[in-house]
Order: sequence, then structure tokens, then C-alpha cells
Amino acid sequence: MTSDAQKRIRVVIVDDEELARQILREYLSKHAEIEVAAECANGFEAVKTVAEKKPDLVFLDIQMPKLDGFEVLELIGNEAAVIFVTAYDSYAIRAFEVHAVDYLLKPISQERFEAALTRAKERVGGKPAPHALPVSELSAAARPPAQYADRIPVRDGTRVFIIPIAKLDYAEAQDDYVALASEGKKHLKQQTIASLEAALDPSRFLRIHRSYIVNLERVAKIEPYGKDSHVAVLSNGLQLPVSRAGYNRLKAYLDR
Amino acid sequence: MHPILAHLRRLALYLLAWIPIALLLAYLLGMAHTIRWQEAVAVAFPLCLVYAFVCLSAWYSCRVTPLERSSFSRLFLTHLTTALLATALWVIIAKVLVIELSQTSRAPDLELRFAPEIPILVGTGILLYLLSIAFHYVLLALEASKEAEARVMKAGILARDAELKALKAQVNPHFLFNSLNSISALTSTDAARAREMCILLGDFLRRTLGLGEKASIPLGEEMSLIHAFLAVEKIRFGSRIQMQESIAAEAMDVQVPPLLLQPLVENAVVHGIANLVEGGSIRLDAQCKNGDLAIEVENTYDPEAPARRKSGVGLANVRQRLAARYGNRASFAVKAEAQQFRVSITLPVEREATPA
Repeated sequence: MTSDAQKRIRVVIVDDEELARQILREYLSKHAEIEVAAECANGFEAVKTVAEKKPDLVFLDIQMPKLDGFEVLELIGNEAAVIFVTAYDSYAIRAFEVHAVDYLLKPISQERFEAALTRAKERVGGKPAPHALPVSELSAAARPPAQYADRIPVRDGTRVFIIPIAKLDYAEAQDDYVALASEGKKHLKQQTIASLEAALDPSRFLRIHRSYIVNLERVAKIEPYGKDSHVAVLSNGLQLPVSRAGYNRLKAYLDR
Repeated sequence: MHPILAHLRRLALYLLAWIPIALLLAYLLGMAHTIRWQEAVAVAFPLCLVYAFVCLSAWYSCRVTPLERSSFSRLFLTHLTTALLATALWVIIAKVLVIELSQTSRAPDLELRFAPEIPILVGTGILLYLLSIAFHYVLLALEASKEAEARVMKAGILARDAELKALKAQVNPHFLFNSLNSISALTSTDAARAREMCILLGDFLRRTLGLGEKASIPLGEEMSLIHAFLAVEKIRFGSRIQMQESIAAEAMDVQVPPLLLQPLVENAVVHGIANLVEGGSIRLDAQCKNGDLAIEVENTYDPEAPARRKSGVGLANVRQRLAARYGNRASFAVKAEAQQFRVSITLPVEREATPA
């Protein structure tokens, strides 16, 4: 290869089908600068492996056990360039066109593969793409319209937790993160509270404050707090601040 | 065609309805006592018989001036003119009849004595004709609503037919693309297996192609389709797919709608096995019980798997097809337990008549 041949590129292949991994391995073997650091057969494994091996590039299948490709991408964030590999998914195609390094459709042709790899190398060698969006925004774009999240994957180091929506008590914005409170624990996730709000079903979750989204089923009562502000008291006794706009929204909901 | 003239039964009923009208007319004519009751009856009955047919002509004028699309003045003018014309015709006929009767010995001077009855005849004539117009408008409205109903029903049947055809011809594109990718991978490492997979895939596609036109196939044929499908999927998923079958021998020749079970097995693979790292098993059971064919498709699944897009469409289609074809003679139930997902179907046993 050319002058970047010095720089080795470490790759992780994620697909639950052995034959699908095999063809990627075969195409990659023609490039001396590429090192296949690991292969994974499911989403949990993929998140763990990416955290441990810190590859430059990940080939990611969409439909997999445990976590699907979008959820994996949401969790590995901008740690590696990602090329999606899928058989057929119109939503996914739309999302990739806007955000991902590239996407490959099965059956994968060698030519198309080389083009994607070239793009990925540019990304790996250089800086993140100028229009790179936060990953959570990306996964929101990939979600089919009018379909809200039914679970939220979060990561702690190499471990992955799945929070089912029904078990999410509330979410609190903390700088670039949101803290998700569920079953007495808090999980941090790199995401804006606005994009989390957009992903949640508005009939079940309400933004009660600039920094808080609450699960409406958990709200036991609303109490006045100080002169003209309120707090929401959750069924576990916890109190969350309610802004004036949040109070109006909450009242509108309760009056229904 | 005229809705009454064209049907003998309706015409007979219509004429029967005129008998009380004729009696009423006879009563009106005889009331003044210028003519005798017998004479009134002798005049009223033939007159009503003739007028019954004259009034049927209202159908044509009603048709050219539909109630909802004609102005009031147009309706008024049309129907008043026709009513007056019909009445004039009726009076002339009455006159002729009366003159004829006067010639006989039984009704001497009837022509003279009948003169004061003319206004009664004119009034009844106009009134009866207007009634007939109202009656014909009702007939037209009934006809229009019946036609609309038939149109809606026909459209519904056509739509359902089209849907079923599309459904039967459908091969899941995911399956096809993934299989092609597997073949592509095998070509460089194991050419013989690549060829085998091409043949299996071709076999499966060929079997599905012909099924679009058939209304039903023996269960055995559906099973070989499922075997062809699983043979391809087994190359993709390897040991992750385990299949257990128990089909009663007497169930094999029961007629079932084509591609009814294959989508269920495909669902079991896509939503069940594909989400399990270690794979899982599919169990297919078919037995004849009390004149019904009872089928169960059960698979292991991960209840916490990421939600697949468009899941459930396959199940909904199978349910709809069963309902469209068998109504309440078929049943469809889905049960999701901790690790097991089960679809149970019953449908009436139908066998093709075998030549003796």
C-alpha cells in the first residue's frame, strides 16, 4: 500500500453469522496494514471488546443477539470508526447516509468494500468528520418514526446494562451526561437530556425541569416548594425540582 | 329495465296494491249518487288497471330528474306536467269507457250522469300520479344503496385477494440477501458447500414460486418447503438451529393454505434463534384431533432481545389469512412464556378427494 502503510489499522468484526465474518476477514486479509484484533458474535461482546482492544475501525452488523448494531454504536460512541454491514434496512440506510463512515449491503462486493475501507482509513488517519454528530443523535435518527425506545442500553467500563423503560424512575442532566435512575442505582450515559427526551414516549415521561425527566408512573404528588416553585415527590420519597413550565405541563397531564 | 315491469312477482304485488285504490275510487264515484254502485265499480276497476300502468311511467321521469341533483323548479315543472298529462290521458280513457258503457242496456245515460264525476277523477288522477312519483323515488334510492353496497363488497373482496396473492408470493428479502452473502463467503473457502447452498436456495425459491396460484396444498408439501428453508438457514446459522418435528401420518395429506407455516418457522428463526448466542430449538407439531388439524410452532427466544423492526407482521398475516379463509372454524393463539414462544393453530381437516 501507500505511505500510510506504516500505520497499522486495528479492526474488530461484529456479526453473529460465522460466514458473514469470514467474508469480511477474507477481504481484509488483502490489506497488509490491517490487523483483525477480534471477532464478536453478539452485541455485549462487541461493546466489551471495543472497550478493551480500542480498535480503529469496527464492522458492525445490525441484527444481532443481546444488543443490536445501533445500540452497540450508541455505547461505543466515537471511540472507533464504524462501518455498518446489513442485509436490508431502509431506516438504517437513511441514518448511515447522514452519519456513518459508510455502510455495506449484503452480499458485499469487493469493490464496494474497498471504497468503504478507503473512506474509513481517511477517517482513522484524520480527525473526526466535520459534521460528526453526537452518537445519541445518530441513534435517534436511526429509530423508525413514531416508535419510542423500549429500553436504554448503558455502559460502565466494559459492562453493559439494559434499563427497560418501565424501570427508569427519572433522568437527570449532568453536563454532557445524563444520569439514569433505576432500581436505586444511577447509570451515567453520554447523551443530552433533549435527545433522551425525544427518544422517550411523551405519554409516559415528562420533562419537568431543564435538567429532569420523570417517569409519570412514579410521581406520587406535587408539593409547593418555597414561594412559587414546586417539587415532585416520587413514590420512593425522592423529591425532584419542578420548573414553572414543568409544573404547567405536569398539571395539564394530571388534569386530563 | 323498469324495476317492477321486469319482474312478474313484483308486478303482481303492485297490481294487488291497486285493488283497494280501485275500491276507494268506486266509493268516491258512487258517493254523489248520480251513478249506481255497480256502475261505479264497473268504471273504477278498468280505469285503475289502466292507470296502474300509466303510473309506472313515473319511473322514467324520476330517473331523468334525480332528487338530489335537480333544482326545485325543474322537479316541480317536470312532475306537474307529467301528472297533468297522465291525468288527461286517464280522463279521456274514462270518457271512452263511459261512452262504451252507455251503449249497453245496463247503464243507460251513463255518459250524462257521469259528467259531474269528472272533477273527482281529475283530483284522484293527479294525486295518484304524485304518489307514484314518490314511490318511484324510494325505489331508485333503494336501488342506488344496493348498488353501492355491492360495489363496496366487491372492492373488499378484490383487496383481500390481492393481499393474499402478494403475501403468498413474498419471500423475505432479508433471508435472500443474507443467504447470498453466505454463498459469497463460501465460494473462496468451500466451493462445494457454496454450490450446495445455491442448489438449496434455488430449490426453496422454486417451491415458493408455484404456490401463489394454489388455494391449498397438502401439509406434506408445506413441510418440504420448510425443510428447504431450514436447510439454507442451517448453513447460515450452523449448529445454532435445532429442529424437532412430530407430524402425525394422517396429517400429512390435510390441505392447508400454502405458505401458512413457513412464515411461522421463519419468525422462529429470525425472532427466536437469531437472537440467541448459543442458538435454540424449534418444535413443530401437527396432529388431527376431532376433525381439526392442530398445529403448534414453538421456539426458544430471548425475551430481552433488542426489538426487531416490523416484528409481528408475519403473525398478523397468518391470523388474517386463517380468518379470511375459515372464519370461526379456525383458531390462532400466541403465547410467550419465560423462554418459549408458541403459536397454536387449529383449522378444519380438509382432504383432497383421492381417486379410488
